Amino acid sequence: MVNILKERRNQVHRKGKEPWVLACEKSSVAGSVSQRACVFCGSRVVLYPVADALHIVHGPIGCAAYTWDIRGALSSGPELHRMSFSTDLNEMDLVHGAEMKLYRSLVELIDTYQPRAAFVYSTCIVGLIGDDVEAICKRTSAEKGIPVLPVEAPGFAGTKKDGYKAACNALFRLTGTAPVDDVPPHAINILGDFNVAGETWIIRNYYERMGVHVVATATGDGRVDDLRRLHGAKLNVVQCSGSMTHLARSLEDKYGIPYIRVSFFGIEDTAAALYEVAKFFGDSAMLDRTRALVREEVAAIMPELKTYGEDLKGKRAAIYVGGAFKAFSLVRALRTLGMRTVLAGTQTGSAEDYEQLRDICDPDTVIIDDANPLELCTFLKEQGCDVFIGGVKERAIAYKLGLGFCDHNHERKEALAGFIGMRNFAREVHATVMSPVWRLVPSSGVRERREVGV
Amino acid sequence: MSPHATATPTATQNACKVCAPLGACLAFRGVEGAIPLVHGSQGCATYIRRYMIGHFREPMDVASSSFGERSAIFGGKDNLHKGLKNVIKQYKPRLIGVASSCLSETIGDDLRMLVRQFQEDRVGNDDPVVVPVSTPSYAGTHDEGFHATVRAIIDRLTTTAGPRCGSMVNVLPGIVSPADIRHLKEILRDFGLDHVVLPDYSDTLDGPAVAEYEPIPSGGSPLRGIARMAQADATLVLSSMLSPQQSGGALLEERFGVPERRLGLPIGVRQTDRFFRTLEDITGRPTPPVHALERGRLVDSYVDAHKYVFGKRVVVYGEEDLVVGLAAFLDEIGAVPIVCASGGHSGRMQKEIAAHLERGLGETVVLDGADFADITEAAAVAQPDLLLGNSKGYSVARQLGVPLVRVGFPIHDRMGGQRVLHLSYRGAQQLFDRIANELLRRMQDDCPVGHAHY
Repeated sequence: MVNILKERRNQVHRKGKEPWVLACEKSSVAGSVSQRACVFCGSRVVLYPVADALHIVHGPIGCAAYTWDIRGALSSGPELHRMSFSTDLNEMDLVHGAEMKLYRSLVELIDTYQPRAAFVYSTCIVGLIGDDVEAICKRTSAEKGIPVLPVEAPGFAGTKKDGYKAACNALFRLTGTAPVDDVPPHAINILGDFNVAGETWIIRNYYERMGVHVVATATGDGRVDDLRRLHGAKLNVVQCSGSMTHLARSLEDKYGIPYIRVSFFGIEDTAAALYEVAKFFGDSAMLDRTRALVREEVAAIMPELKTYGEDLKGKRAAIYVGGAFKAFSLVRALRTLGMRTVLAGTQTGSAEDYEQLRDICDPDTVIIDDANPLELCTFLKEQGCDVFIGGVKERAIAYKLGLGFCDHNHERKEALAGFIGMRNFAREVHATVMSPVWRLVPSSGVRERREVGV
Repeated sequence: MSPHATATPTATQNACKVCAPLGACLAFRGVEGAIPLVHGSQGCATYIRRYMIGHFREPMDVASSSFGERSAIFGGKDNLHKGLKNVIKQYKPRLIGVASSCLSETIGDDLRMLVRQFQEDRVGNDDPVVVPVSTPSYAGTHDEGFHATVRAIIDRLTTTAGPRCGSMVNVLPGIVSPADIRHLKEILRDFGLDHVVLPDYSDTLDGPAVAEYEPIPSGGSPLRGIARMAQADATLVLSSMLSPQQSGGALLEERFGVPERRLGLPIGVRQTDRFFRTLEDITGRPTPPVHALERGRLVDSYVDAHKYVFGKRVVVYGEEDLVVGLAAFLDEIGAVPIVCASGGHSGRMQKEIAAHLERGLGETVVLDGADFADITEAAAVAQPDLLLGNSKGYSVARQLGVPLVRVGFPIHDRMGGQRVLHLSYRGAQQLFDRIANELLRRMQDDCPVGHAHY
């Protein structure tokens, strides 16, 4: 294997070609050029869509600037989450400490924007300069009468997953602070959907049509007052399990609310996510409504999917995404289109996730944890491929290799969840694979190798 | 540090800058065979990559020393050394540029010493050159990080070896587009001048479609050329904002006696004339006819459209040198740079702008150390006809219902940001046509008749 660092060799597996070993949940290797970000990023991703909260990044300017309005998470009301606030620490702040700057910033911003809560993200150096962020949050909260929640997220203190946890902890502090007496019996929370391009709305609509009440969506189209009532649901439906399982567990431990892990990508997974909820409530009328809904939605998209499938049959895809649940769904969704996944990787999969991924993938698929650009290039070429599904960093690699690309990250502007999302996904994959521009691109061999491989 | 940095008592809202290590990475990407490494948390490198990919739409490998808690407590030496080794193994670079971060600087890592130790440990290996640069994000913007890196590269690579040979110039352009750098090189070639442009990311960050993926893209300022900068007749520094301590040109003058010629960015007729006069001076040759003709056509087009731009009020923002250059250009076409803003805070911008405006500042408001909240506020008062700057001002433009002509860095919401030409007569021609056409579009769209001729 070319280009694989020694420390990373057991983070790559070829299904069926070698005994199963896949190391994961490790810190990124220095110098490897990981596609991952950091703890701060994890926390910011999860909390970002809470639209009526103030999100202030305590630290020098970079962390706030790089996360300013970068996601496609929509709000049906306030849009405070699309602003970027930073204490923008300078040298003097480092010398004298920045607690007062944080305090003054909070006061000014709360007065100006009247948020329902504030999240204060501590970045790398905040702990090092000795700021007591918790104390400032307490003081401001008392003075302003809104929750001001510290999010302990120094970039170096773990991986992106630890950031998810920090975010979940902050959300959990909101939980249980509002009454839930009016919540009807068939009530769920949708956790781990971020309303990218309105996806939470799509999913919520399905459940409501089934007769399920949605108490809170965390955090897509999120509102502080809803999040305070997370404890009112009977079931937590957890998508993007990596980011929100921690919150689901906390809700289970404290309030005895069970959770299920689901995905809303692809026909099979979306249908399963709806049926599971109907079954949980054990209501036969609801189950009937669900069947009708699925039938109707699938019928609406199938003709179009079929036409794409004719062009896409036998094409090969690579997947590199943040979390493993999305990868599972994508493997299945691609199969629906007659395509085959030849490379599947994630930034943050767990051992259990990777076993499941291995089981649903075809033989010869390369499975990879915390990949870097050179590894991705090597395997894309080796495997032969037509389309790469990932985020913006993967896009640049795909295009340079002469491959189609579909954005499945939080920055996308196209809804890919639910049945309608499957149609959008198929459209996008079809458009990128079938574009005539590839015929003008000097051949990197990546597509030809596919022909040999077939 | 400028007085302004201490005078910001509260939060920065929607920053008009990013952090210093990004500037370092951008500069390092313009050196032959070079790859940047950010000494800090994994997120720093990843965020910087994503931000730059969004603009340049090219693969953007930036390594990281991937700090963990251990490094934050005991120092980043082990991770840095491991990172360097792994980068060497994977990329076989000719140069590794190591930028420090707020984290590494706060814990007191001495980057120069750590790099020296690395090199001492590896005597006998055919290692690349390692260039450390101090770029804590609390002590400057991306622009300052960029210039500090140019200076650090010269400091490390330029030697006195070799005689002066024929006429040669160094050009330090600052943050301009790949298209600008290509054009600058064309001008220098047309003058028959041997030259080194540092950095030169005209190929590395705006590369062609290629058959073979290059882990480090071809191009960049040649290492041998950088070494020879000491032999040049002059260094043209296209910045009027830098202090002598920040300027690579000042370093070349001080250390090797190469005269530093400070020019602003050659944007518009007057400033480009000054640039060409300097080249005439150095070479003793007249401006090549092709450029004289471009100047003539530019002035001719100014005449054709002068009434459409006259008196139009324009909000300009971006890096300080870009703002100064654009303000001067707007002034010479009869438009009014009514708000001139930058996240930078050299303290020199206001004076420089005043000097470039034919009738002095007048109504013009100059904001340094500004964020987009300041710009929005000033723009709301100024009632502009147009915004001129990077894509981060889009929300302001949308809010005010005013068109935005996208220039500078970053342009995240349009294609071709890497190919926007700002410099010389040809660049001014493109800027002028775009601005005039945007104003015409507005006039035409707003007109109830919808005239077909203007």
